Amino acid sequence: MLDAAETQTETLLEVNNIEVIYNHVILVLKGVSLKVPKGGITALLGGNGAGKTTTLKAVSNLLASERGEVTKGSILYRGERVQDLTPNDLVKKGVIQVMEGRHCFEHLTVEENLLTGAYTRGAGKAEIDADLEMVYNYFPRLKERRRSQAGYTSGGEQQMVAIGRALMSRPETILLDEPSMGLAPQLVEQIFDIVKSLNESEGYTFLLAEQNTNVALRFAHYGYILENGRVVMDGPAQELRENPDVKEFYLGMSDEGRKSFRDVRSYRRRKRWLS
Amino acid sequence: MPDQLIYAMEVFLNGLMAGVLYALVALGFVLIYKASGIFNYAQGVMALFAALTLVGIMEGQVPFSHLINAMFGTEIHHFGWHLPALVSILLTMAVMVLLAWAVNKLIFNHLVNQEPIILFMATIGLAYFMEGFGDIMWGADIKKLDVGLPQGINTAIDETTYGWFGYGFFIDNLDIVATVIAAILVIALVIFSQYTKQGRAMRAVADDHQAALSVGISLNFIWVMVWSLAGFVALVAGIMWGTKSGVQFSLSLIALKALPVLMLGGFTSIPGAIVGGLLIGVGEKLFEFSVGPLIGGATENWFAYVLALLFLVFRPQGLFGEKIIERV
Repeated sequence: MLDAAETQTETLLEVNNIEVIYNHVILVLKGVSLKVPKGGITALLGGNGAGKTTTLKAVSNLLASERGEVTKGSILYRGERVQDLTPNDLVKKGVIQVMEGRHCFEHLTVEENLLTGAYTRGAGKAEIDADLEMVYNYFPRLKERRRSQAGYTSGGEQQMVAIGRALMSRPETILLDEPSMGLAPQLVEQIFDIVKSLNESEGYTFLLAEQNTNVALRFAHYGYILENGRVVMDGPAQELRENPDVKEFYLGMSDEGRKSFRDVRSYRRRKRWLS
Repeated sequence: MPDQLIYAMEVFLNGLMAGVLYALVALGFVLIYKASGIFNYAQGVMALFAALTLVGIMEGQVPFSHLINAMFGTEIHHFGWHLPALVSILLTMAVMVLLAWAVNKLIFNHLVNQEPIILFMATIGLAYFMEGFGDIMWGADIKKLDVGLPQGINTAIDETTYGWFGYGFFIDNLDIVATVIAAILVIALVIFSQYTKQGRAMRAVADDHQAALSVGISLNFIWVMVWSLAGFVALVAGIMWGTKSGVQFSLSLIALKALPVLMLGGFTSIPGAIVGGLLIGVGEKLFEFSVGPLIGGATENWFAYVLALLFLVFRPQGLFGEKIIERV
């Protein structure tokens, strides 16, 4: 884990109080602010519909194709305003999103999927081949399946393809949306291990949206908890993990040990965060 | 050899040649459908428009001359030049690229993420608009198109077959040229979509728009590229049909002949468009030859559709269509 002093040295991505509206009427984010330090793993946590995916899409600017727009606030990458750029420009700047639910190109082979990741680069064949090797190094399973159509690979393999494809763009920051979705616990562990080693040995910065609070807080350095389109709590992962409210509401634990969710005192959360 | 068999062989060959022309039109549909999921009803009109533009440029016709003359009381019709065929074809291609850009900019950019049926309706609108636009631009009269392609009976085939069977086959030179060109076109398109970066991006866009966006592929660029390719295919089809039967309104109706071809070959397969075209071409000619006389003829009008219907029932994705991948 990075020490606190180092994380504060350089902020790569800064989201300031953004509001996002879909279809001109549906207000989804009501003022979200966050900072992503270079070389860190930052987690966005929260339940369904909290606004995690929307936040990531606001950054990568995939919102536009879904009739969403940032109506207030600003998004800065390396101090530069990026919210009017196309996803294409952002990928060139080193920000790439791995979408929720994998989104592989089903009819392309695994290797072709990876190659599409290098679309924005003007790199030569040798360089791209070397990067392919690098990806296969992290995901040996993909090398075995390189000639299979991605649509016929398993959920875990597709998640690997999606991450590998993003790596092929040689990014600086990877926006990783719900990597655990629909995967067996062991696979989730495996994917997060790879994310961690990519972060530590290759220096990739991650902004991670995850419902699985438990896993995410074990691997992330810093966490933001979203609820209803607002950040309700943030702090170093370690602190969040030990916070009694997080324990109770997100990790299903309390001072008296594990509890049934029926007994969870939801009124307390309301009182505290929504007033 | 019995006479009937020899005639049937000739019919077969002519069917193949007709099939190539169907395939050329179907190819344009496949390209756009594959990359954007749009069934482009306007593909036939694009062929007509391309042929009209080609004739206009070659003959040095002034575009919108009727309109200009009516508005300003002038009498201009021609620039007074005759351009060589190759130059005209290149200029026409430039017009088709411009058209591709305009169509995307003015129509489809505003319809991102809409239902397929809405996109389809938009192409119907586009088809009728372009039909009228072509008329205003180049005039509605039937035009002769001659880019120097060989025409008329191929004497070599005629003489050889006469030597073999005592009966010379009538094969049009133009059909042979069309076959060769279509073959080259298909091979080039397959190589492009399978082995180049832009081709791969095109297939990626076809699979998943959002994911393509997320890796930095510009949908706009890909769509303009695909519409330009379809415009090029339309131009080739327009040249072939236009040379054969003159450039006229009925050219746009060949789009309807391409429909059964697509159902046979599969909407998403480039080789499928070709095989489908050949099957329909040969099928309808042989059917007309063998069964037609028994039931009063004119079977060519409906044969293709009945065949397509059978395919829809028994193999909805067509012969070569992409298997619908469904994981459970």
